[in-house]
Amino acid sequence: MNFQTCVNIQKEWDIVGARQLGRDRAKEIGFGTVDQARIATAISELARNIYLYAGTGKICFEMMNDINQKGLLVIATDNGPGIKDISQVMEDGYTTSGGLGAGLPGVKRLMDEFDIISDPGKGTEIRAIKWVR
Amino acid sequence: MRIPILKLHNYLLITIQIDLDDQTAIQFQEDLLSKIHKSGATGVVIDLTSVEIIDSFIAKVLGDVVAMSDLMGAKVVLTGIQPAVAMTLIDLGIHLQDVPTALDLEQGLIKLRQELEE
Ligand SMILES: Nc1ncnc2c1ncn2[C@@H]1O[C@H](COP(=O)(O)OP(=O)(O)O)[C@@H](O)[C@H]1O
Ligand SMILES: [Mg+2]
Repeated sequence: MNFQTCVNIQKEWDIVGARQLGRDRAKEIGFGTVDQARIATAISELARNIYLYAGTGKICFEMMNDINQKGLLVIATDNGPGIKDISQVMEDGYTTSGGLGAGLPGVKRLMDEFDIISDPGKGTEIRAIKWVR
Repeated sequence: MRIPILKLHNYLLITIQIDLDDQTAIQFQEDLLSKIHKSGATGVVIDLTSVEIIDSFIAKVLGDVVAMSDLMGAKVVLTGIQPAVAMTLIDLGIHLQDVPTALDLEQGLIKLRQELEE
Protein backbone atom coordinates (compact mmCIF):
# COMPACT_ATOMS: atom_id res chain seq x y z
CA MET A 1 0.00 0.00 0.00
CA ASN A 2 1.42 3.36 -0.98
CA PHE A 3 -1.22 5.83 0.08
CA GLN A 4 0.41 9.22 0.66
CA THR A 5 -0.91 12.34 2.39
CA CYS A 6 0.99 15.60 2.32
CA VAL A 7 0.88 18.93 4.14
CA ASN A 8 2.39 22.03 2.60
CA ILE A 9 4.56 24.06 4.95
CA GLN A 10 4.16 27.74 4.12
CA LYS A 11 3.24 29.54 7.28
CA GLU A 12 4.09 29.04 10.89
CA TRP A 13 0.75 27.49 11.77
CA ASP A 14 1.35 24.68 9.22
CA ILE A 15 3.86 23.26 11.74
CA VAL A 16 0.93 22.56 14.09
CA GLY A 17 -1.22 21.26 11.21
CA ALA A 18 1.50 18.85 10.08
CA ARG A 19 2.10 17.37 13.52
CA GLN A 20 -1.62 16.97 14.19
CA LEU A 21 -2.16 15.15 10.90
CA GLY A 22 0.91 13.00 11.57
CA ARG A 23 -0.40 12.07 15.00
CA ASP A 24 -3.78 11.13 13.49
CA ARG A 25 -2.10 8.89 10.92
CA ALA A 26 0.06 7.30 13.65
CA LYS A 27 -3.03 6.58 15.73
CA GLU A 28 -4.81 4.97 12.75
CA ILE A 29 -1.83 2.72 12.10
CA GLY A 30 -1.92 1.53 15.71
CA PHE A 31 0.93 3.34 17.48
CA GLY A 32 0.64 3.74 21.26
CA THR A 33 0.48 7.17 22.95
CA VAL A 34 4.21 7.47 23.55
CA ASP A 35 5.13 6.67 19.96
CA GLN A 36 2.37 9.01 18.73
CA ALA A 37 4.05 11.76 20.76
CA ARG A 38 7.48 10.81 19.38
CA ILE A 39 6.20 10.92 15.80
CA ALA A 40 4.35 14.22 16.32
CA THR A 41 7.45 15.76 17.91
CA ALA A 42 9.70 14.59 15.06
CA ILE A 43 7.28 16.06 12.50
CA SER A 44 7.18 19.32 14.41
CA GLU A 45 10.99 19.56 14.27
CA LEU A 46 11.15 18.75 10.55
CA ALA A 47 8.32 21.15 9.68
CA ARG A 48 9.87 23.97 11.68
CA ASN A 49 13.21 23.44 9.97
CA ILE A 50 11.50 23.75 6.59
CA TYR A 51 9.73 26.92 7.70
CA LEU A 52 12.88 28.46 9.24
CA TYR A 53 15.61 27.45 6.82
CA ALA A 54 13.89 26.79 3.48
CA GLY A 55 10.81 29.02 3.72
CA THR A 56 8.45 26.49 2.16
CA GLY A 57 8.27 22.78 1.53
CA LYS A 58 6.11 19.81 2.41
CA ILE A 59 5.76 16.90 4.78
CA CYS A 60 4.31 13.66 3.45
CA PHE A 61 3.16 10.57 5.29
CA GLU A 62 3.08 7.05 3.94
CA MET A 63 1.87 3.95 5.67
CA MET A 64 4.42 1.13 5.50
CA ASN A 65 2.95 -2.34 5.29
CA ASP A 66 5.59 -5.05 5.15
CA ILE A 67 4.74 -8.70 5.60
CA ASN A 68 5.84 -8.69 9.22
CA GLN A 69 5.66 -5.07 10.30
CA LYS A 70 3.68 -1.87 9.99
CA GLY A 71 5.09 1.61 10.19
CA LEU A 72 4.87 5.25 9.23
CA LEU A 73 7.24 6.89 6.77
CA VAL A 74 7.62 10.67 7.10
CA ILE A 75 9.20 12.54 4.20
CA ALA A 76 10.18 16.21 4.58
CA THR A 77 11.15 17.95 1.35
CA ASP A 78 12.13 21.48 0.51
CA ASN A 79 13.89 23.45 -2.22
CA GLY A 80 15.80 25.59 0.24
CA PRO A 81 19.54 26.23 0.60
CA GLY A 82 20.34 22.59 1.42
CA ILE A 83 22.82 21.34 4.01
CA LYS A 84 26.54 21.35 3.22
CA ASP A 85 27.88 19.37 6.15
CA ILE A 86 25.41 16.73 7.25
CA SER A 87 27.55 15.35 10.10
CA GLN A 88 27.75 18.87 11.56
CA VAL A 89 23.96 19.45 11.64
CA MET A 90 23.55 16.03 13.27
CA GLU A 91 25.62 17.15 16.28
CA ASP A 92 23.60 17.91 19.42
CA GLY A 93 23.56 21.64 19.99
CA TYR A 94 24.60 22.74 16.48
CA THR A 95 22.37 25.61 15.35
CA THR A 96 22.61 28.53 12.95
CA SER A 97 19.49 30.25 14.29
CA GLY A 98 19.95 30.50 18.06
CA GLY A 99 17.78 27.40 18.57
CA LEU A 100 18.68 24.47 20.81
CA GLY A 101 20.22 22.50 17.94
CA ALA A 102 18.25 19.53 19.21
CA GLY A 103 15.95 19.07 16.20
CA LEU A 104 17.75 16.81 13.72
CA PRO A 105 19.69 14.66 16.23
CA GLY A 106 16.42 14.47 18.18
CA VAL A 107 14.41 13.28 15.17
CA LYS A 108 17.02 10.57 14.61
CA ARG A 109 16.52 9.31 18.18
CA LEU A 110 12.73 9.70 18.15
CA MET A 111 12.33 7.61 14.97
CA ASP A 112 13.71 4.16 14.05
CA GLU A 113 15.23 4.97 10.67
CA PHE A 114 16.56 8.30 9.48
CA ASP A 115 18.14 9.50 6.26
CA ILE A 116 19.08 12.94 4.85
CA ILE A 117 19.74 13.65 1.21
CA SER A 118 20.75 17.22 0.53
CA ASP A 119 22.03 19.11 -2.47
CA PRO A 120 23.51 22.45 -1.42
CA GLY A 121 21.71 25.12 -3.42
CA LYS A 122 18.88 22.77 -4.40
CA GLY A 123 17.19 21.51 -1.27
CA THR A 124 16.85 18.82 1.31
CA GLU A 125 14.92 15.59 1.66
CA ILE A 126 14.68 13.83 5.01
CA ARG A 127 13.07 10.41 5.38
CA ALA A 128 12.30 8.89 8.74
CA ILE A 129 10.41 5.72 9.65
CA LYS A 130 8.86 4.57 12.89
CA TRP A 131 7.82 0.93 13.19
CA VAL A 132 4.90 -0.28 15.28
CA ARG A 133 6.28 -2.41 18.10
CA MET B 1 -4.69 33.13 20.54
CA ARG B 2 -3.70 34.21 24.07
CA ILE B 3 -3.18 32.03 27.09
CA PRO B 4 -5.07 33.29 30.16
CA ILE B 5 -2.98 34.09 33.24
CA LEU B 6 -4.82 33.94 36.59
CA LYS B 7 -3.71 35.72 39.72
CA LEU B 8 -4.16 34.07 43.12
CA HIS B 9 -2.69 36.00 46.08
CA ASN B 10 1.01 36.35 45.24
CA TYR B 11 0.93 33.66 42.59
CA LEU B 12 0.17 33.48 38.91
CA LEU B 13 -1.47 30.31 37.58
CA ILE B 14 -1.44 29.25 33.97
CA THR B 15 -3.02 26.13 32.52
CA ILE B 16 -1.99 25.50 28.94
CA GLN B 17 -4.97 23.87 27.25
CA ILE B 18 -4.08 24.16 23.57
CA ASP B 19 -1.57 22.79 21.10
CA LEU B 20 0.98 25.63 21.29
CA ASP B 21 2.07 27.22 18.04
CA ASP B 22 5.26 29.31 18.04
CA GLN B 23 3.50 32.67 17.95
CA THR B 24 1.26 31.82 20.89
CA ALA B 25 4.26 30.56 22.85
CA ILE B 26 6.20 33.81 22.29
CA GLN B 27 3.13 35.90 23.11
CA PHE B 28 2.69 33.93 26.32
CA GLN B 29 6.31 34.61 27.27
CA GLU B 30 5.77 38.37 26.87
CA ASP B 31 2.39 38.36 28.63
CA LEU B 32 3.75 36.43 31.61
CA LEU B 33 6.74 38.71 32.10
CA SER B 34 4.62 41.85 31.97
CA LYS B 35 2.07 40.32 34.34
CA ILE B 36 4.86 39.47 36.82
CA HIS B 37 6.07 43.04 36.52
CA LYS B 38 2.62 44.58 37.03
CA SER B 39 1.38 42.28 39.77
CA GLY B 40 4.60 41.80 41.72
CA ALA B 41 3.88 38.06 41.86
CA THR B 42 6.59 36.01 43.55
CA GLY B 43 5.57 32.59 42.27
CA VAL B 44 4.24 31.13 39.03
CA VAL B 45 2.81 27.70 38.26
CA ILE B 46 2.56 26.64 34.62
CA ASP B 47 0.41 23.52 34.34
CA LEU B 48 1.14 21.35 31.31
CA THR B 49 -1.28 18.48 32.04
CA SER B 50 -3.14 18.93 28.72
CA VAL B 51 -0.03 19.47 26.61
CA GLU B 52 0.55 16.51 24.31
CA ILE B 53 3.70 17.68 22.62
CA ILE B 54 6.74 19.76 23.59
CA ASP B 55 9.24 20.10 20.79
CA SER B 56 12.64 21.83 21.01
CA PHE B 57 11.18 25.26 20.26
CA ILE B 58 8.51 25.12 22.96
CA ALA B 59 11.06 23.62 25.37
CA LYS B 60 13.34 26.58 24.70
CA VAL B 61 10.53 29.09 25.27
CA LEU B 62 9.57 27.38 28.55
CA GLY B 63 13.19 27.18 29.74
CA ASP B 64 13.70 30.85 28.84
CA VAL B 65 10.53 31.95 30.59
CA VAL B 66 11.69 30.23 33.80
CA ALA B 67 15.11 31.93 33.60
CA MET B 68 13.61 35.34 32.76
CA SER B 69 11.04 35.17 35.57
CA ASP B 70 13.81 34.18 37.94
CA LEU B 71 15.73 37.32 36.95
CA MET B 72 12.64 39.35 37.77
CA GLY B 73 12.33 37.70 41.17
CA ALA B 74 9.53 35.21 40.52
CA LYS B 75 9.97 31.44 40.92
CA VAL B 76 8.34 29.26 38.26
CA VAL B 77 7.30 25.63 38.68
CA LEU B 78 6.20 23.50 35.71
CA THR B 79 3.60 20.90 36.61
CA GLY B 80 1.82 17.92 35.07
CA ILE B 81 4.28 17.00 32.30
CA GLN B 82 2.80 13.84 30.70
CA PRO B 83 4.90 10.65 30.63
CA ALA B 84 4.97 10.62 26.81
CA VAL B 85 6.14 14.24 26.77
CA ALA B 86 8.88 13.52 29.33
CA MET B 87 10.12 10.64 27.16
CA THR B 88 10.21 12.69 23.95
CA LEU B 89 12.08 15.49 25.75
CA ILE B 90 14.80 13.04 26.76
CA ASP B 91 15.00 11.75 23.15
CA LEU B 92 15.50 15.36 22.08
CA GLY B 93 18.34 15.62 24.60
CA ILE B 94 16.46 18.24 26.62
CA HIS B 95 16.70 17.65 30.36
CA LEU B 96 15.27 20.90 31.79
CA GLN B 97 17.68 20.38 34.68
CA ASP B 98 17.45 23.83 36.20
CA VAL B 99 13.68 23.95 35.90
CA PRO B 100 11.63 23.12 39.02
CA THR B 101 8.85 20.64 38.25
CA ALA B 102 6.06 18.97 40.20
CA LEU B 103 3.52 16.22 39.58
CA ASP B 104 0.40 18.40 39.59
CA LEU B 105 -0.89 21.87 40.37
CA GLU B 106 -1.30 21.14 44.08
CA GLN B 107 2.25 19.78 44.44
CA GLY B 108 3.44 22.76 42.39
CA LEU B 109 1.93 25.21 44.85
CA ILE B 110 3.49 23.32 47.77
CA LYS B 111 6.87 23.38 46.03
CA LEU B 112 6.58 27.13 45.40
CA ARG B 113 5.74 27.83 49.03
CA GLN B 114 8.76 25.79 50.15
CA GLU B 115 11.10 27.49 47.68
CA LEU B 116 9.88 30.93 48.63
CA GLU B 117 10.26 30.30 52.35
CA GLU B 118 13.90 29.20 52.02
N1 LIG C 1 15.66 21.85 5.82
C1 LIG C 1 16.84 22.47 6.07
N2 LIG C 1 17.46 23.20 5.12
C2 LIG C 1 18.64 23.82 5.38
N3 LIG C 1 19.28 23.78 6.55
C3 LIG C 1 18.72 23.07 7.55
C4 LIG C 1 17.47 22.38 7.37
N4 LIG C 1 17.16 21.75 8.53
C5 LIG C 1 18.16 22.04 9.38
N5 LIG C 1 19.10 22.83 8.82
C6 LIG C 1 20.35 23.33 9.46
O1 LIG C 1 20.69 22.42 10.50
C7 LIG C 1 20.84 23.11 11.75
C8 LIG C 1 20.45 22.22 12.90
O2 LIG C 1 19.04 21.96 12.86
P1 LIG C 1 18.29 21.47 14.17
O3 LIG C 1 19.01 20.26 14.68
O4 LIG C 1 16.85 21.31 13.84
O5 LIG C 1 18.53 22.63 15.23
P2 LIG C 1 17.94 24.13 15.26
O6 LIG C 1 16.75 24.17 14.33
O7 LIG C 1 17.59 24.37 16.69
O8 LIG C 1 19.05 25.02 14.77
C9 LIG C 1 19.99 24.37 11.59
O9 LIG C 1 20.43 25.41 12.47
C10 LIG C 1 20.20 24.70 10.11
O10 LIG C 1 21.39 25.41 9.91
MG1 LIG D 1 15.27 22.74 14.18
